[in-house]
Amino acid sequence: MKKILLAFVFASSMFTMASAQEGDLLSLLGEEETTDYANAAFKTNRVINLHSLENTAAGVFDFKISHRFGFINGGIQELFGLDASTIRIGGDYGITNRLMVGFGRSSFEKTYDVFAKYKLLRQSSGKKNMPITAAVFASAAVKTTPFADQERENYFSSRLYYTWQVILGRKFSEGFSLQLSPTVVHRNLTATKAEKNDVYAIAGAGRIKLSKRIALNAEYIYVLPDQIASRYRNSLSLGFDIETGGHVFQLHFTNSTSMIEKGFITETVGNWLDGDIHFGFNVSRVFTFKSYEHE
Amino acid sequence: MKKSLILTLLLFTFWSLNAQKYFTKEGKVNFDSSTGIEKIAAVNTKATSVVDFASGAIEWGVLVKAFKFEKALMQEHFNENYMESNKYPKATFKGKIDNAASIKLDKDGTYNVVVKGTLDMHGVAKPVTANATFVVKGGAISATSKIKVLLADYNVTIPSVVKESISKEVTISIAADYSVFK
Repeated sequence: MKKILLAFVFASSMFTMASAQEGDLLSLLGEEETTDYANAAFKTNRVINLHSLENTAAGVFDFKISHRFGFINGGIQELFGLDASTIRIGGDYGITNRLMVGFGRSSFEKTYDVFAKYKLLRQSSGKKNMPITAAVFASAAVKTTPFADQERENYFSSRLYYTWQVILGRKFSEGFSLQLSPTVVHRNLTATKAEKNDVYAIAGAGRIKLSKRIALNAEYIYVLPDQIASRYRNSLSLGFDIETGGHVFQLHFTNSTSMIEKGFITETVGNWLDGDIHFGFNVSRVFTFKSYEHE
Repeated sequence: MKKSLILTLLLFTFWSLNAQKYFTKEGKVNFDSSTGIEKIAAVNTKATSVVDFASGAIEWGVLVKAFKFEKALMQEHFNENYMESNKYPKATFKGKIDNAASIKLDKDGTYNVVVKGTLDMHGVAKPVTANATFVVKGGAISATSKIKVLLADYNVTIPSVVKESISKEVTISIAADYSVFK
């Protein structure tokens, strides 16, 4: 009896001593595994022209003003392009943390556009492990400039353009993110019969964080051959994101004039090597309308 | 016989020591660095804490990413730019209640105590002293406290463009309802 008691006391005192070790009380509770979603792979929902894999958060309205000056090879006469400018004014809204919608109006070809973007997969680690973020994007645009040929019968549907995109990306580290976007642009009407109504392209984009608030972005869109007129080129853009609290300023150089998909993917005329480069900026300002739980 | 009596007593002492540990996994940590210009506040309702009333030891732990802000962008910047939660995912406080013996767990009452310890966040560990209040009511134990810390002490820098909107001093308030740890 005594022996049993002794053993019991000994065991329980050992246990108490072990658990009473100071400075480690929290470990008594054990670790609960949580899912850690990657966020802020890009500073805003655009890389430069392209949609990034980020969304506007639920309940947030993101007011966008985008500007492209003229080509910098205009020389001093044109003040290196600053005399001319095209603009897109638009707004994006997050309906949920996964679904966002947006609209805009571009001065270039007087075009109105609407879009929706939905996150199918979100990169995460921990309890739920997902190596990439995947989103689907669809947009429609209507060009409102007068028809080139007023003589023939023109249809409203001829003014319409659609874009579908899958955005696959990953935030590899705090400072480095990369994404690929297979894209189809559909034009209801093309300038010539030789040009395809459906244009297939693949876009790549990345960002490197230079400091906590400044990032370097690049994007390139490769249009598969024999789909568009030979004077059109692939879009290449380089730029900086500068974030200051509620604003993100994006300053960049691009050979594309248009700021919407059907334009910068299928109608880019500028040649970087000839100096057909636009200086431009996007300004993003967010307003929180509703507050939700944000992951 | 005498020996076994002593041992039994000893056993009970250990037992009662063990029974003086209390914990929570749903502690609340509020964080506020608002200024007149901008409301900057967040709440974390998943803080963990353990108190050992026998030794007076108290510990708190929070996941920085579990702080929720009203504004999504603020939450993103809090994690990305200020707390760098990928690099420093956890913040902890480990300390000791100065006069833990004054808290009578079997007697209803409000006990004001001083807690001294180390606050470790954003990779910097600094000593802090806090006034805390423990309330014992019908066997239930709850605690509240409030401290002020300087962001600069923890290497959290505020860029000049937003210097006016973010307070240099952050108020951290905590609240917990403790349960017996078995």
